[in-house]
Amino acid sequence: MTTGGPKIQIQHISRAFGAPGRVAPALAAIDLEVAEREFVCILGPSGCGKSTLLNIVAGFLAPTTGSVLVDGRAVTGPAPDRGVVFQEYALFPWLTVTGNVEFGPRLRARPAAERRRAVDRYLDLVGLRAHADKFPTQLSGGMKQRVAIARALANEPAIVLMDEPFGALDAQTRETLQDELSRIQRVEHKTILFVTHSIREAVYLADRVVVMTSAPGRVKQVFSVKLPDVRDRFAAEFTQYESEITRVVKEEVAKVRE
Amino acid sequence: MSAALTRTAALVGALALWALLAHGNRWLEVVNPVLLPTPIEVGASAARLLRSGELARHFLTSLGRVAEGFGLAAVAALGLGLVVGVWSPLRVVIEPIVEFVRPIPPLAFLPMFLVWFGLGEASKVAFIGYTTFFPMFVAITASVMRVDVVLLRAAASLGASRADLVRRVMLPAALPGIVVALRVGVGLALFVIVGAEFMGADAGLGHLIMEGRTFFDPAQICMGALVLGLLGSLLNTLLLAVERRLLRGRTLA
Repeated sequence: MTTGGPKIQIQHISRAFGAPGRVAPALAAIDLEVAEREFVCILGPSGCGKSTLLNIVAGFLAPTTGSVLVDGRAVTGPAPDRGVVFQEYALFPWLTVTGNVEFGPRLRARPAAERRRAVDRYLDLVGLRAHADKFPTQLSGGMKQRVAIARALANEPAIVLMDEPFGALDAQTRETLQDELSRIQRVEHKTILFVTHSIREAVYLADRVVVMTSAPGRVKQVFSVKLPDVRDRFAAEFTQYESEITRVVKEEVAKVRE
Repeated sequence: MSAALTRTAALVGALALWALLAHGNRWLEVVNPVLLPTPIEVGASAARLLRSGELARHFLTSLGRVAEGFGLAAVAALGLGLVVGVWSPLRVVIEPIVEFVRPIPPLAFLPMFLVWFGLGEASKVAFIGYTTFFPMFVAITASVMRVDVVLLRAAASLGASRADLVRRVMLPAALPGIVVALRVGVGLALFVIVGAEFMGADAGLGHLIMEGRTFFDPAQICMGALVLGLLGSLLNTLLLAVERRLLRGRTLA
């Protein structure tokens, strides 16, 4: 479902950390293009730099070399065209669920009626309308992450960057949220870059799965997942993708252990 | 037994113990009875000064000085703490100065304040401001610097400008730390107001206590100290209420 050119162009990105003389490269020469409305999962062993890559696309970190283009324009910092969902939810604890969701519209000084419509719409989308007046401390992990997703979407970004968003949740909640995200994407059609270390999650959600090498991270292999929009985790084709990708990921995990 | 009842019982018990000791001393004369006033004598002293309006005058004078000195210091510590917490180049300049001045016991500078600002209100207010500024500044700076970077990133990715980040993220995120800093400041203000009023004051609870010493009236000394305690717990109760209001929703309740 692509329209026009690539939405995100990651051009020869590398990134090193540490003091001069003791520099540790985290990312080495990543090239990747993400089409508009495409859902791309980045998969790799822990410490391979996949979160670093996402932080660079978000504009939180500057690359050591290379550049990121969004709609052909270079990224220089965080901006509302790229919404971010964090593993640690990052909700504002002093605001209610409503306050969190309308944070973006409020920054743009949207009128109250419009903000209320946005809050209602996105809380409905994540099924939390009944919890609008609660504070984050009163919510479970899964509910917090739903609020964080609603907050990112209510700001109407073209791109949503998700950094292991379900990594801190229990297996049950995790699958529920995967179902919801898949359903939301069928409605919202965002361009999504999603970092995970769960192969199952990647196959369930992604149009393409990018497998990275162990540090310093490079693109090892890209899989196009040709499965229907609504996926069955137990279908033969699904498990086929799963085992294929697992084999490639295992090679990299083995390298880390050596 | 409810918590309120327990607290009341503890206070009554302490009062009874004091009465027992003071009245027992009247009979046994372990120390000179004049040196250990009874609760009734202290109460009588309070009643006498209440009727004449003197107690209210001293109380309000001290309260006014604490409010002014603490208020000025709080505004300064909040403003400077935010700027220094946000902007690290300034921190590099200010931190060594603060760390050098801060360990000096404030009372060591009290005579200097009297020399600079005279015996009037200005010296007391300035001294309280000076004393309370440093601990509040240090605590506020630290709580601003401790703000979770993920919250700042979340706000920035929603379109927050630098000013938005300060006003809508750093300030509310640092608020629990700021409230604690203010409570410490108020406590310290009460701690040093007495010292300031011992030296060259014509009103205030510290002055009242010194007057008790001059005219050898132990009941008045004790009464002054107890009223200070009352003022302290009053201000603390007030601040706790403010804290609950400001931090509502942040803790499971």
